[in-house]
Amino acid sequence: MESLIGLLVAAPLLGAAVLLCGGRIPQIDRTGHWLGTVLAFTSFVLGLVLFADMLGKDGEERALQSHLFTWVPVEGFQADAAFQLDQLSMTFVLLITGVGSLIHLYSVGYMEHDERRRRFFGYLNLFLAAMLLLVLADNFLLLYVGWEGVGLASYLLIGFWQHKPSAATAAKKAFIVNRVGDVGLSIAIMLMFVTFGTFAFEPVMNSVGETSEGKLTAIGLMLLLAACGKSAQVPLQSWLGDAMEGPTPVSALIHAATMVTAGVYLIVRSGAIFEAAPDAQLVVTIVGAVTLLFGAIVGCAKDDIKKALAGSTMSQIGYMVLAAGLGPIGYAFAIMHLVTHGFFKAGLFLGAGSVMHGMNDEVDMRKYGGLRKYMPVTFVTFGLGYLAIIGFPGLSGFFSKDAIIEAAFAKGGTQGWILGGAALLGAAITAYYMTRVMLMTFFGEKRWEPDANGEMPHPHESPRSMTIPMILLAVGSVGAGAFFDVGERFVHWLEPVTGFEHGHLPEGLSVAMVTGATVTCMVLGVAAAWLQYGRRPVPAAAPRGSLLTRAARRDLLQDDFNHVALVKPGEYLTRGLVYLDHKLVDGIVNGTAAAFGGLSGRMRRIQNGYARSYAVSMFGGAVVLIAATLLMRAV
Amino acid sequence: MSKGVHSLWMAQDGVDKIEAPHIEYDLLAPTLIVVGAAVLGVAVEAFVPRRHRYVVQVGLAVLAMAAAFGAVVTLAATGHGTDEAQTAAMGALAVDGPALFLQGTILLVGVLGVFTFAERRLDPAAHGNRVDSFAAEAAAVPGGEAEQSAVKAGFTTTEVFPLLLFATGGMLIFPAANDLLTLFIALEVLSLPLYLLCAVARRKRLMSQEAAVKYFLLGAFSSAFLLFGIALLYGYAGSVKYAVIADVVAGNPQNMTPALADTMGNDALLLIGGAMLLLGMFFKVGAVPFHMWTPDVYQGAPTPVTGFMAAATKVAAFGALLRLLYVVLPGMKWDWRPVMWGIAIVTMVVGAILAITQTDVKRLLAYSSIAHAGFILAGVTAANEEGISSVLFYLAAYGFVTVGAFAVVTLVRDAGGEATHLSKWAGLGRRSPLVAAVFAVFLLAFAGIPLTSGFAGKFAVFKAAAEGGATPLVVVGVIASAIAAFFYVRVIVLMFFSEPRPEGPAVTVPSAFTVSAIAVGVAATLVLGVAPQYFLDLAGDAGVFVR
Repeated sequence: MESLIGLLVAAPLLGAAVLLCGGRIPQIDRTGHWLGTVLAFTSFVLGLVLFADMLGKDGEERALQSHLFTWVPVEGFQADAAFQLDQLSMTFVLLITGVGSLIHLYSVGYMEHDERRRRFFGYLNLFLAAMLLLVLADNFLLLYVGWEGVGLASYLLIGFWQHKPSAATAAKKAFIVNRVGDVGLSIAIMLMFVTFGTFAFEPVMNSVGETSEGKLTAIGLMLLLAACGKSAQVPLQSWLGDAMEGPTPVSALIHAATMVTAGVYLIVRSGAIFEAAPDAQLVVTIVGAVTLLFGAIVGCAKDDIKKALAGSTMSQIGYMVLAAGLGPIGYAFAIMHLVTHGFFKAGLFLGAGSVMHGMNDEVDMRKYGGLRKYMPVTFVTFGLGYLAIIGFPGLSGFFSKDAIIEAAFAKGGTQGWILGGAALLGAAITAYYMTRVMLMTFFGEKRWEPDANGEMPHPHESPRSMTIPMILLAVGSVGAGAFFDVGERFVHWLEPVTGFEHGHLPEGLSVAMVTGATVTCMVLGVAAAWLQYGRRPVPAAAPRGSLLTRAARRDLLQDDFNHVALVKPGEYLTRGLVYLDHKLVDGIVNGTAAAFGGLSGRMRRIQNGYARSYAVSMFGGAVVLIAATLLMRAV
Repeated sequence: MSKGVHSLWMAQDGVDKIEAPHIEYDLLAPTLIVVGAAVLGVAVEAFVPRRHRYVVQVGLAVLAMAAAFGAVVTLAATGHGTDEAQTAAMGALAVDGPALFLQGTILLVGVLGVFTFAERRLDPAAHGNRVDSFAAEAAAVPGGEAEQSAVKAGFTTTEVFPLLLFATGGMLIFPAANDLLTLFIALEVLSLPLYLLCAVARRKRLMSQEAAVKYFLLGAFSSAFLLFGIALLYGYAGSVKYAVIADVVAGNPQNMTPALADTMGNDALLLIGGAMLLLGMFFKVGAVPFHMWTPDVYQGAPTPVTGFMAAATKVAAFGALLRLLYVVLPGMKWDWRPVMWGIAIVTMVVGAILAITQTDVKRLLAYSSIAHAGFILAGVTAANEEGISSVLFYLAAYGFVTVGAFAVVTLVRDAGGEATHLSKWAGLGRRSPLVAAVFAVFLLAFAGIPLTSGFAGKFAVFKAAAEGGATPLVVVGVIASAIAAFFYVRVIVLMFFSEPRPEGPAVTVPSAFTVSAIAVGVAATLVLGVAPQYFLDLAGDAGVFVR
């Protein structure tokens, strides 16, 4: 069984190698997309086989180890290329390969008319391989390899339509912002090596108790920085909205279901470190709470359907990070929400892609309207995803989100009240912006406009290869939550890895009250949106809006902030350094060179070409030489 | 009165018989082969028809060098470089590690020299005759009628090959000389042919002759100092033998010569004589302030001669200097080291600084050779065993780079012959990337960039100097290297990053002779640079002088 783990990564990696290197071979160019899809499914099937095998064992004995080779065998520094497949990794493997395979299938239809389709599938496979490496690594260094690989694939896919300057810029932005997080991860790994002498998961987690809290806090904060970068959490959230420039399947795969969850994985995987460093843990919960509100507010103001969903993603991952910061009472729910979110958010994105596909790639929701009659399958699947994300009772989002809100209150004290309140508020806003998306897209009157070529859109249902994944994801959106929740199945599944404690709600609160509050908030949010967008016609041009709306449209001024706080000072610093380099460094260097040049010019005049002068020079030299020799003895 | 005369003739005892010198032909084989071939070469000039002379002379020279090199290797292989080291010819010559190592180096460089001498593809054919870099008739007045008729008749100066062999013979003796008279004779044997060779350029003959006259005059001047120094040292020690002088310097003379009772052991004689002896060496290696002939002669001499002279003379002269300092004068280390320090510093700095403003590639290389003499002097000053071996290694590395670099210079030509003005080299990398790249390799080696022999050599001498307590010298050396790097890299920049001039020179395709000389130069540069350890060990094993 252990050997299958390697194959899990190898299959998509092989696909990437063949598709990207096999380049111009016509057969590969023509059928490459199917090769990529089949290999993704191969990986998924391997994952299922391993999963079945794992289910046949007892909880504690389920983890598999697979040592491939020793990567860096140096005295005092050993890095292994080794895999570890436990329940946490298994969950991710199934999510990544499952959702990933469906998105491969969907892309076959979506990218049908793109000339560079083969390359696109090569990148998708590369992404899968890197992401699997990330979650299967048994040490932080190998995880880092996957982490960087994911960043690379994300960069390539966001900028896939590189002929669009906006896409190229967005790719660069995503890459650079992610680098900031990556620096955090690399520093964290270095600190770990210095502190523990290793960076393999198990020895690090086992020796956490022997280290001072200060060091652990530092490591934890650096890990959090890394997680913020990859998972688009405040303050490194700014790239996610722009990343929607990539093809829609990419947004679904990377920027909704899988890659952005890597940060949550990292935090849960390093749980022992955070538990031993309460300060770092507190920061994690704060980042989560701030981001879940931040993303939700941004999502309310966006007219671009994908950007609205991107804000929503940010917000939902905020929930997960919040839960991951709560410790053993939250880990399982963070991951559970991650999985259910993977279903419904991927479904929503694919639905959005389907809508765009039918609307001549229009993304502005103000130019949609009344689409439910034209795209019934899209409407139903999108609608189910919508109900799931707002936490409609019985659907998957309800179970996972409710559990997180409860856990937040269960943290206790003022912190619990604030975090829980933020999570509740987030639930209300989520309901509001998602209802807004739903109403503007599928209900109301048609506000369609001709596209850039003057063609009126003719909305139609998308081909089967696109609808089937949407239907499958919708099934997951509906049923996954209930399936996981029955008898706390998911919690018990993860418990051997992450540990679990029942949270205890503070005095005066009961589970029913929290659930009731959550549902109430949801209803309030839906009602507010209906009042604004359902009852009244949606204006085709966006109204000016309040100050907050305008700020939210500009992503709550995140780019303005970055520009003022980072880009400008950076520019000034660069200019200052360039000035120093020109004036001071070059001045010294050029001055020295000029001095020697002048000296040389003067000295060469002695070399006048007359043998007599040369002889005099020799004679003088002889006198000095003899005198010096004699003098040396005298001294 | 007649009885007195008679009694002298009839003396039964009291007067020593002159002992017939015992010559170990096997130990002296390298030198004897080369000098013998040189004598044979003179005979060839006299008896072989003109049209065959070129082939015969080149063949003879190459064969002699190869045979001599074989003899050197055989001697080294039979342990004469280490355990079996001894003196030969009644103590006149040493056969030991440094001597054999340097003789081997000189012979290899000499073969490359023969190759560049033998090149006949570069100059356009004169009246249908292939010609080399040397004048049709050296004795003819430049531009005169005699010269023109000689050119028309297709004459060439094949005498250069025996001259080269004679010079090589002198160079083989020079570092092996074990008494002062042999040293002086070797110096003259190597110098006189070089003076002549400098004068026989086919093009720019006036400049060539001027260079030869300067070289000769100043060389004679320095020889006078050397000879005077020898006389003073004889007065001091009563002998010209290195070992005897060393004993006297060390304070334990073996026997007193009654006639010299007044002067023997007089330190003033030793100091002045020693200084004058060193001066002679300094002149040959081109150390400041005895360097002034170098740029003029390097520029004026035919380029193949410059290359051979720059490489081989330096090897031989430093060999002789090492033996003098380590065998004759170790007892007065504290006297000569400060002086050597001063000379080394001035040489490094002046060589590097003056090279900055040079505009002629041959003059540039001349100043570069002065700076390198300074670096080698730093190694010589170390006064320890590592000093010897590092200098030996440096000399080998430097010799190959120099021969190769000057061989490249012969390739870049325009209507007036070799285009040595640097401005004409602009953009050479675009027109002839291979030649420019090869020259760049040599320049980088001169500059001491890692992975070239120059780096390994420089590292070795600086390390030895630092361990010998000459850290300030190393600091100055590194600074001088930095200055030197400037003008080497400037040439590279000029070749690769400047627009070629419309009327610029072209690279002439040479024959296999020059190609192999350059190829061996590049190969040695890279091999000694990438894997220097074997050769450093070789030099280390050879690093002990016999007395």
